[in-house]
Amino acid sequence: MNMAGRDLAAAAADLPMALRRERTHITVRGLNKAFKGQPLYRDFDLDLPEGRIVSIFGPNGCGKSTLMNMIAGLIPVDSGSILFDGKSLKQTVIGYVFQQYREALFPWLKSIDNIAYPLRRAGMPEPAVKARVEELIASFEIQFDLNRYPYELSGGQQQTVCIMRALAPRPEVLFLDEPFSALDYEMTLFIREKLQEIYLKSGVTMVIVSHDLEDAVYLADKVLLLTRRPTRIAEYMTFDMPRPRTPDSMSDPRFVAAKAHALDVFRREVKG
Amino acid sequence: METFDARRLLPIIGPILFFAVWYLAVAYGLVNKVLFPSPFETVAHLFTSFGKGGMQVDVASTFLRTGTAFVIAAAIGVPIGVALGASESAYRSVEFLIDFFRSTPSSALIPLFLLIFGITDANKIAIASFAAFLVILFNSAYGVMNARKTRILAARVMGSNSWQIFKDVLIWESLSQTFVGLRTGVSIALVIVIVAEMFIGSETGLGHRIIDAQQVLNVKDMYASILITGALGYLLNLAFLLLEKRFIHWSGK
Repeated sequence: MNMAGRDLAAAAADLPMALRRERTHITVRGLNKAFKGQPLYRDFDLDLPEGRIVSIFGPNGCGKSTLMNMIAGLIPVDSGSILFDGKSLKQTVIGYVFQQYREALFPWLKSIDNIAYPLRRAGMPEPAVKARVEELIASFEIQFDLNRYPYELSGGQQQTVCIMRALAPRPEVLFLDEPFSALDYEMTLFIREKLQEIYLKSGVTMVIVSHDLEDAVYLADKVLLLTRRPTRIAEYMTFDMPRPRTPDSMSDPRFVAAKAHALDVFRREVKG
Repeated sequence: METFDARRLLPIIGPILFFAVWYLAVAYGLVNKVLFPSPFETVAHLFTSFGKGGMQVDVASTFLRTGTAFVIAAAIGVPIGVALGASESAYRSVEFLIDFFRSTPSSALIPLFLLIFGITDANKIAIASFAAFLVILFNSAYGVMNARKTRILAARVMGSNSWQIFKDVLIWESLSQTFVGLRTGVSIALVIVIVAEMFIGSETGLGHRIIDAQQVLNVKDMYASILITGALGYLLNLAFLLLEKRFIHWSGK
């Protein structure tokens, strides 16, 4: 009974997206992953749409980050295929933003050289590196001094540097692992706005893991709600509230309804 | 403002107390005056002896031996340590050897080194080098092994291969710990050089001077030499702390 209701709701919610001729960007098929003999994912399938923001949300220990990290190639899969527009990960440029920005940046490099690192790494000539970094600085409207070392910057500034570094090589997909959870609320709002701006300008596909439902819904075109382990998709919820969304959007009835619905699904899954 | 000034004076309280206790113990005859000259006499002797050639030569030769031993130890220890740290299985396979010889007092090996090198300067340098080498290697290896996992993942997700991760991340990550090894290494080298100068025939050096002064009961010179040896060790340590602060600017941040 639950299943039928969920399918119906999902189908109805998917309608506007379908009209927008959604293309699949990342295809996950037959994914298997076990930890110490305990299956986490068993024959798991997932499609991530191109040029959309998908948030992954679910109960503690369900493997939200593990799922994203397997797609981003940071954790090996036991079996299964993950393709980006039919290409393998090796043939795809991705960006990744870590929760622990302090531990993800290279403190021996100035902030600006952190941003340039993936470009130099890829052998880009120095004038092109300079131009690309300038472009990022302009598009992020950076007000602080990037010639400082990361540890001299505030948490929000460091996370901004992380996002710029991830975006520098023009990735096809930007992965963000709990990008807000080490930030205070003010910085969370700021980084959320920045991400939305970047998204509206570049249309890059984004995957965000979040443990905060508000963050998960706010930026998302789709919210992937996961069950407890062994993990399945509880619901692949569409949230097509128009952009740009602003802090006022959080009191919009559509936002409130979407968040309440996601919370219902979450509660049901936690209760098992 | 007043509290700030007072706080700055705190570090000199210890030395003042030390000299006060020394002075009072001598002044009230609590210790044998033959064995314990007063601190003023000792410090005065320290300065006059430093004006004469002998002390300068001794300080210079101890410093030179320690420096040479340390440079050799660092030049071999850091690269091998970093390489071993990068491959955990390689480190595990020699871990016992390193830990065993690290736990063996290097002075116990002096007779062995005497057999190989004879009573030469090379002997003193070799054994001090060996002692410093182990601690430097150990620290460099652990610096690499304890590199932040997130940083390695960050480099990998940006498309770096193993060699690039090694030279762009692991080496840098290991630097703070390597400096701990270098600092400890130079102290150990000094200890061993002093011991070697005492017990392996030597014409110069602070260790030689201390034991010579003791043999002829020239206690003032003995204490002055001990104080100078201590100052040398302290300054070497301080130099490395300052170097670390300057070059490993991100350490502890």
